[in-house]
Amino acid sequence: MKAFAELYAALDETTRTNEKVAALTRYLSAAPAADAAWAMNFLIGRRPKRLLESRKLAQWAIEEAGVPDWLFAECYHAVGDFAETIALLLPPAVASTSLPLHYWVEERLLPLRAASDETRRAWLVAAWREMDQRQRFAWNKLITGEFRVGVSQRLVVRALAAVAGVAAEVVAHRLMGEWQPTPEFWERLLAPAAGDAAPEGESGRPYPFFLAFPVEGNVEDLGEVRDFQVEWKWDGIRAQLIRRLGRTFLWSRGEELITDRFPELEAAGALLPDGTALDGEVLPWKDGAPLPFAQMQRRIGRKALGSRILAEVPVVLMAYDLLERDGADVRAQPLEWRRAQLEALTPVSGALVLSPVVGEDSWESLRRLRQESRARKVEGFMLKRRGSPYRVGRRRGDWWKWKIEPYSVDAVLIYAQPGSGRRASLFTDYTFGIWDQGKLAPFAKAYSGLSDEEIREVDAFVRRNTVEKFGPVHAVKPELVFELAFEGIQRSSRHRSGIAVRFPRMARWRRDKKPEEADTIETVRGLVG
Amino acid sequence: MCSVALLELRESGLYSAAGDFYIDPWGPVRRAIVTHAHAGHAHAGCGAYLTARGGEALVGTLAGPDAAIEAIGYGEPVALGAVRVSLHPAGHMLGSAQVRMELGGEVCVVSGDYQLAADTTCAPFEPVRCHTFVTEATFGLPIFRWPAPSDVMADLHAWWRANRDAGRTSLLFAPPLGQAQRVLAALDRAIGPVHSHETVERFNRLYRERGIALAPAGEAAGGRGALAIAPLACHGTPWEKQFGSVSTAFVSGWMRIRGTRRRRSLDRGFVLSGHADWPGLVDAIDATGAETVWVTHGYRAPLVRWLEEHGRRALSLDARWEEPDS
Repeated sequence: MKAFAELYAALDETTRTNEKVAALTRYLSAAPAADAAWAMNFLIGRRPKRLLESRKLAQWAIEEAGVPDWLFAECYHAVGDFAETIALLLPPAVASTSLPLHYWVEERLLPLRAASDETRRAWLVAAWREMDQRQRFAWNKLITGEFRVGVSQRLVVRALAAVAGVAAEVVAHRLMGEWQPTPEFWERLLAPAAGDAAPEGESGRPYPFFLAFPVEGNVEDLGEVRDFQVEWKWDGIRAQLIRRLGRTFLWSRGEELITDRFPELEAAGALLPDGTALDGEVLPWKDGAPLPFAQMQRRIGRKALGSRILAEVPVVLMAYDLLERDGADVRAQPLEWRRAQLEALTPVSGALVLSPVVGEDSWESLRRLRQESRARKVEGFMLKRRGSPYRVGRRRGDWWKWKIEPYSVDAVLIYAQPGSGRRASLFTDYTFGIWDQGKLAPFAKAYSGLSDEEIREVDAFVRRNTVEKFGPVHAVKPELVFELAFEGIQRSSRHRSGIAVRFPRMARWRRDKKPEEADTIETVRGLVG
Repeated sequence: MCSVALLELRESGLYSAAGDFYIDPWGPVRRAIVTHAHAGHAHAGCGAYLTARGGEALVGTLAGPDAAIEAIGYGEPVALGAVRVSLHPAGHMLGSAQVRMELGGEVCVVSGDYQLAADTTCAPFEPVRCHTFVTEATFGLPIFRWPAPSDVMADLHAWWRANRDAGRTSLLFAPPLGQAQRVLAALDRAIGPVHSHETVERFNRLYRERGIALAPAGEAAGGRGALAIAPLACHGTPWEKQFGSVSTAFVSGWMRIRGTRRRRSLDRGFVLSGHADWPGLVDAIDATGAETVWVTHGYRAPLVRWLEEHGRRALSLDARWEEPDS
């Protein structure tokens, strides 16, 4: 635990990428496999399901620190971080611990969920009493699940690649899908590149998604239009449909297995040859055209899918790339080759649609056609460089998204307050945050864009997840992500984020996104012309 | 409650009608007692200044070259009008003092800013019994609990050594008067050369004149493995460029909170302060035996409420002595 807490501090104490990777590499090569696997698990952003209510955690910390409730609230307000506030408030440790990270995680952290409150309290207080401040901070972060340390998954992958001596792409692929952070998995993660077959139980493993960069300046600067394969940018859920060993797997970009949410795609997958992986977009689709994304949300929000909703909101996979054919990884093949093979495979059923290629011969004509995006219920164009491989992660150069106005930003709900008039009893006025150096900074307020049903759902969330109150304003657990749309953006010295937007509204509730996937201040500044 | 004749809050600051003097006024007044020579506590243009011996030259940097500054030793009583006044060490910086006032058997003490840990650059804080204690609350929340200064210096030295070995200059930002000297006096100079920014060096000279051992002036700015100490205002300015590859750190009580360090985009923060931490404030207030406590600046409301819940009369006083970078 000590070494892990020191790693956490070291990552926090530098802004230099190379130093972060060096600190990670040092820790991951020295730590026992059982510890390294857990550390890696947390650092790439995986976290245990909620272990206990933060209200209880606060209560036990308050009792241990011997401060009144109101003073805890004042402290939290000054610190702005729940785990840190507790670490700072607790009295100095009375003992020290040399127990390793995996002990703490396996024997004390994960069992918290099922334990009685009495046991939870005893374990937490005992842990605090033998941890120094750094350890407490890291420990509290593990408990609250807000384990952000200013390292991207990409940096962790870089460090893992250095430790293993294999390519970063290989490590990234091995981290996809479902696995447990065991010593055995750790060995496989670091194994030489040759023995790379996924073991039984991980046979549905998806490939790392290749993500496009937004076109920021003039599209002409990208080069000639003939260098690109142009497709519409579909507004759905990015997913991989995989058929292996007679089973079908549908993975979202957030690496969640969503096969059972989309029975029509599971059925379509069964018609694919064994050893196939498609990349595409899950779209609500009827009569040859997409339905509004809000319709899709009716399906996502539901536990059980009745025949009525399946009939009202059918989905398709808009397939646009082929990553595996006959069990072989074909990501290194040029785009045209993969496209030809994809066309040969589809359509196998009505639920599998081939993303059409837009055949325009000039940027000018594309620009005109792009005006129709909204009517076509798409977000603009995808520009994919001919001859390019299918890469890993967000890389500049080969895939570009050329989105239409308005501007849009994914932001996290951080404050809510009751509305006025007919909305007075509901939390309808929201403040949204975007990431600024590892913290959510207030970015915009928005009041409109949600349906009444969604408002009631957000209202219920606010009531259950308020962490602090400032008069009528409730600070909530940063969990819900919304796409905010707005018409104009400019720098402003009057706003804390340094940015002012015009007519912000909630374009949609991004239930498919986690808060850490929200946008950063850097991205948003990039929108300022 | 302290009688209005002894101490009250007026337009220009804390005023004693019975003695006709102000303490740390924020405007020009006829007579000012200055607790210490930080901006905000000593205002230029006053008719006369009274301060503790050792700090008069420092007060002069704020009051101006022609100011009438009288200095008295700690514990030496003087009569100002009907009030018996004496100054007592506050441990905040060289020449810093608490002001003890007595009128007709009633005692009131104004703390100025204070710090309780032992320190070689100034006389240690001395608790003074009183009926009314006027305290600061810069760090008036229980999250502020200082680590042992020797542990902090050990961390700081380890950081300096690591930078030296990596060929980097250590840029240490600190408030240039008080904090900078506190650190300079505790540095292990075997690690490398020490360079003080001219703003810091100006105050260093006044410390050396009072016999306090600090790194000599003029050690190489660009020397290998050097540590340069400068005001935070230099962070991100062209001044930094002369050092090439650097690691940056700030010395302040605020560095206890991770967010305050990260907002300033500093690599490291070292928790060392010229102000009392929460346990220090509570201990100091207890030691005065005061029935009434006035809280002047910092986290006033929480400290006032806490004191009231612990059986003291307390009130929040809106003094203009906020110091964001203490």
